[in-house]
Amino acid sequence: MSKQPLVSGTAPMSGADILVHGLVRQGVKVVFAYPGGASMPIHQALTRVADKIRTILPRHEQGGGFMASGYARSTGRPGVCIATSGPGATNLVTCLADAKMDSIPLIAITGQVSTQVIGTDAFQETPTIEICRAITKHHYLITRTEDITRVIKEAFYIAMTGRPGPVIIDVPKDVQNRQVVPDWDPPMNLPGYKPYRKAKPDELRRVLELMRESRKPIIYAGGGIISGNASEELRIFAEKTRIPVALTLMGLGAFPSTHYQCLHMLGMHGTVYANYAINEADLLLALGVRFDDRVTGKVSEFAKHGKIVHIDIDPAELNKCKPATLPICSDVKYALQELIRLVDQGLHLYPGETPEQKYRDWYRQIDYWRETEPLRYKDRDDAIMPQYCIERLWEMLRQRGWLDRVILTTGVGQHQMWAAQYFKFERPRQWLTSGGLGAMGFGLPAAIGALAAHPDKIAIDIDGDGSLLMNIQELACAYCEKLPVKVLLLNNQHLGMVVQWEDRFYASNRAHTYLGAGPDEDPYPDFVQMAKSFRCGARQVARKADLDDALCEMLDAREPFVLDVLVPYQEHVLPMIPSGMTVRDMIKA
Amino acid sequence: MSEGRPIRRHVLSALVMNQPGVLAHISGMLASRGFNIDSLAVSETEDPSLSRMTFVVMGDDAELEQVRKQLQKLITVVKVLDISGENYVERDLMLIKVKAPPEKRHEILQIVETFRGRVVDISHRVLMIEISGTEPKIEAFIELMRPYGILELARTGRVALVRGEKTAATWEEEDAASEVDATPQT
Repeated sequence: MSKQPLVSGTAPMSGADILVHGLVRQGVKVVFAYPGGASMPIHQALTRVADKIRTILPRHEQGGGFMASGYARSTGRPGVCIATSGPGATNLVTCLADAKMDSIPLIAITGQVSTQVIGTDAFQETPTIEICRAITKHHYLITRTEDITRVIKEAFYIAMTGRPGPVIIDVPKDVQNRQVVPDWDPPMNLPGYKPYRKAKPDELRRVLELMRESRKPIIYAGGGIISGNASEELRIFAEKTRIPVALTLMGLGAFPSTHYQCLHMLGMHGTVYANYAINEADLLLALGVRFDDRVTGKVSEFAKHGKIVHIDIDPAELNKCKPATLPICSDVKYALQELIRLVDQGLHLYPGETPEQKYRDWYRQIDYWRETEPLRYKDRDDAIMPQYCIERLWEMLRQRGWLDRVILTTGVGQHQMWAAQYFKFERPRQWLTSGGLGAMGFGLPAAIGALAAHPDKIAIDIDGDGSLLMNIQELACAYCEKLPVKVLLLNNQHLGMVVQWEDRFYASNRAHTYLGAGPDEDPYPDFVQMAKSFRCGARQVARKADLDDALCEMLDAREPFVLDVLVPYQEHVLPMIPSGMTVRDMIKA
Repeated sequence: MSEGRPIRRHVLSALVMNQPGVLAHISGMLASRGFNIDSLAVSETEDPSLSRMTFVVMGDDAELEQVRKQLQKLITVVKVLDISGENYVERDLMLIKVKAPPEKRHEILQIVETFRGRVVDISHRVLMIEISGTEPKIEAFIELMRPYGILELARTGRVALVRGEKTAATWEEEDAASEVDATPQT
């Protein structure tokens, strides 16, 4: 931040101007903002800082919220979205819940009716804070213009520190309009907020003792590694100890997929070998994870043969779902740095031992599982299989040398799981997906937000026809803001994941999971025509022989592009551990 | 969570920021996570910027740990102390209106005397009594009044303070790492 004051210290300013200058001082470069009556002063103020903050206009507040999330997930910096009161604010609700579940730093600013009429059911009044309390890390209703600078400072601090999360700031219109002389550096008033957590030395030494006793250890790493910027430490720790690594959906990219020690994703749609290894392990090192039910299945059976070390920055996650042998409340980056130091002293091995000989049998077992039970699907020549499409995308990106430039986003459903399974992620913040909340419609706006943060990168939304339609209006934003995102649409005319559950658990009775117009009609809607109406590039592909050419066209496109790939709807995401069941109940391909 | 583990009564004392919405925040969190609160009392403290909330919670140790941590996680909650293991004083204040026709009045007043209650309002057929004390004492008094006919009653919920010089302010802040029991459970 610049040392020079951005505006002179003594001149009175409107609350709206103070607010946007507060954002500038926090280093905000982009906001995603949709105006309305109660936020007009903020938008007017944004025009006065246009040289410092780019304001991107989404076409729906939910689009704006997910753009901010894509921005935050791809950078690690808070994403900022702004909406008006009432419906503007309620349209942000899903984005806040999503950011809370996935621990994403999001700042949502909403206009509110003037303080004099709050509580009178005024036009476009909703009790925004009441609605958002449980789905944010913190919330503010500003009642005095003088408080704006302190609230902005606290909001960014809270969103970014400890376990990150969303903060909502509700600003009544009269507070935006009132003029005061701002105090740019007010003290924060957060007596109960202590976000910095560090493991104690004796706790860490106890981890090494458990490692020494273990012959079949495994690391279970999640989104906390990414939000804690600890990927490098994880890689060093894993390589020095030779312990294999399984990743959660949120952790993909925290450890390189192509690394020999990587067992890829675990859980409901994880690899067979990752789930077998977790089940067989005698020591589980759970790092930045929360034992989500999609990971554990029946929680009492999960990793039941092993001791559990659980390291997380949020004390409330420890012993929440699964009691740990050794729960440690700590910033995971700090804990890994310290563990690496102890590993360097050889404390994880008995004298004379080497990791190679110690884990030889363990890796022999894992390699056997990897060979006999790889991720697989039955390819077809008469159709484009969704898995094949994702494999081809990865391969073509690799051939072009673009893998380190790619950011992938998804909607929610089968396509999301296939993308998680078949794309090989090498680095953190390359994979942006709505994990905890599972919010359809996330992919397109998240890709736009990521591209706004990284104009030099390639943002690809792997989407489904159900999810894409939920926020397709953002093609207008992508076009008008010149953010050429690419949409790889795996179009099966169904809500594929629900269809899969219908097939497995409801005797294939289709209950409103068909999205097409009828068996005699062409695929519906016509995504190519629709994309073209937004002046985006588009192409439909149905034949396998045409796929590579179509992917090339998408990758070469300079404008936003939708590649509509027609895929069969009968395919299931496998392997699958049905909800609440165990590794023994796994359905394999 | 509580299969086979002993259910105990816990008294939590929390210092929270004295701001609008804090009570709604806390009660909403407890409700949405399915925690059951037997009693909740809120009031200002000697420091006008802070309020004290006293919770009585029934649950096993694991549930209590979660309640405490989820409370602690709220930004407006400054401190949460489980004082159940301390030497503390606990009180509940009750106002109770009892049917008291002249022929019964003397009898009732004797009971009030025994319980060190006070009569705060008298009319022809009704007494209003103020009584404070521990929960069992209040409950016992209610039971004794029942035969006479209770018109209505209001209770504050439990408030509690630790005896001696120890205060929430001087209470050794449990630092992050010791927030959780680090001893192995295997």
